[in-house]
Amino acid sequence: MFTITVAAILLVVLIGLGLYIKSVPIFNQYSIWQLISSSEWKPGQGKFGFLPFIGGTIWITLIAVVLSLPFALLTSLFLTEYSKSWVRKWVFTALDILAGIPSVVYGVWGTLFVVPWISEKLAPNFVEYSTGYTVLAGGIVLGVMILPLLISLFVEIFSAVPREFRDASLSLGATKWQTCKHVILRKTFPGILAAVILAVSRAFGETIAVLMVCGNLPELPHSLFDSCYPLPALIANNYGEMLSVPMYESALMLAAFLLFIVVFIFNASSRAVIYRIESRFK
Amino acid sequence: MKLKFIEEKIAKLLMISSAIVVFAFVANIIYTIFLRGFPALNWEMISQIPTGGYYNGGGGGILNAITGSLYIVLGSTLLGLLISIPVVFYLNVYLKKDSKLAYIARLAFDVLFGIPSIVYGAFAFTIMIYLGMHTSLGGGILVITLLIIPIFIRSMDEVAQQLPKDLLDATYALGATKLETIRVVLRQIAPGIATATLLSVGRAIGDAAGVMFTAGFTDSIPTSFSQPAATLPLSVFFQLSSPNADVQDRAYSAALILIFIVLVISISGRLITNYFSKHKI
Repeated sequence: MFTITVAAILLVVLIGLGLYIKSVPIFNQYSIWQLISSSEWKPGQGKFGFLPFIGGTIWITLIAVVLSLPFALLTSLFLTEYSKSWVRKWVFTALDILAGIPSVVYGVWGTLFVVPWISEKLAPNFVEYSTGYTVLAGGIVLGVMILPLLISLFVEIFSAVPREFRDASLSLGATKWQTCKHVILRKTFPGILAAVILAVSRAFGETIAVLMVCGNLPELPHSLFDSCYPLPALIANNYGEMLSVPMYESALMLAAFLLFIVVFIFNASSRAVIYRIESRFK
Repeated sequence: MKLKFIEEKIAKLLMISSAIVVFAFVANIIYTIFLRGFPALNWEMISQIPTGGYYNGGGGGILNAITGSLYIVLGSTLLGLLISIPVVFYLNVYLKKDSKLAYIARLAFDVLFGIPSIVYGAFAFTIMIYLGMHTSLGGGILVITLLIIPIFIRSMDEVAQQLPKDLLDATYALGATKLETIRVVLRQIAPGIATATLLSVGRAIGDAAGVMFTAGFTDSIPTSFSQPAATLPLSVFFQLSSPNADVQDRAYSAALILIFIVLVISISGRLITNYFSKHKI
């Protein structure tokens, strides 16, 4: 049992190491700075610029978090502080469904609903023409996808605040909302930050749904209505042909390695914060 | 004095409306898929494998993908349970509450939980190339097992941590060894196992990026572990990228089938969880 446990822990190290070894060839030829600052992506000519992909990933992740954070905060405050238990039961069921929907279905929903909405209703107000397969579409779909994760983390964190804190605030004449604002949100701020970072790292790695709605154009997007090409989509789209072009495999592995490193750092740090908070209130 | 009550009203209104928005998203997603997917749905889709011209609008169905997905989910769930139950048991019975190893293990599994499935897929693919394996059912099962182990362990662990210490002491007092207490522990964490299985099955069946390069895609039903296997999410994805409108309609029906399977699993899982909770102290 000890062996299985340790082996399972070592899996983290193993994945990181494996991906790093595979991306060594490209490090030997180009410096890391060259790779992430160039925006020319022509594997056939040996040009590997990751900037458009990194940029695309950051754009859609930011949009997703900005869009879903207010909804997630308000809903979880509502669930923990205000709602009756039958309401809570219904909302949790809805969240379970939302969390259970496979990402490819989110992608289908994106192409059926979000993309046409952007290209027909929203984009004409701002730009001349947009296909709808845009940064914004990716952000909206991702935002809905991370909602259940954010809300469940927030609810967990808010319920960890002891009853007495609320009672003290309410007995001083504060309204419920003032209690939320000045006591609960302030007390759990590190936890909220950690939860957001977790959601960001989830959004970072989401592949199939964003692949379906982002347009996949390897150029740095200049507005919300441009197409983009996030890192995971790059890996997924090019895996089949990578063995025929030199350095291609190594470049894609580097993409996977970058994802791994970012997610690893984000996850480890935010989990550590969440553990601390939970044990402090225990 | 008045102001804070107005603020309270506004805040409450905002909260209720954001809860309603969450509901609206769920309803909209299911409604949209149902609207487009239901008209093209028929018995042929569920009961037949694709014929030669299927992706140009010919006859056939997606039975290959449905069975492929079910094989992978079944295989990886069994494998995942076999690996994760001993780990959970070790973490909670053998290790002390403040053990460093337990802390690191929990952190490691939480990190693994967050790693995107495309990274698992890429990692597993390099290993498969290294071993000289081709895309196959076995490879798909392996990568999905890796993907769901952290979910299994962390959600069972949540329940196992609540285990009363007195209960363990009682079994030791009756002369049980640490290994023998597993029978008591298992019964106690049974609802946790059910919930964990439910979560993992949901994630396993919906995952596309991980199986893309490891399980491959095929039009036939795999008969051994070394043959490639189709999966439902990939089937939706490939059909949707076809320029043919009929084939796209089928993609929507396939998505509907996928949602249906996931919902059935989650509802039946809830019932099973309730049933298993009866042994709980």
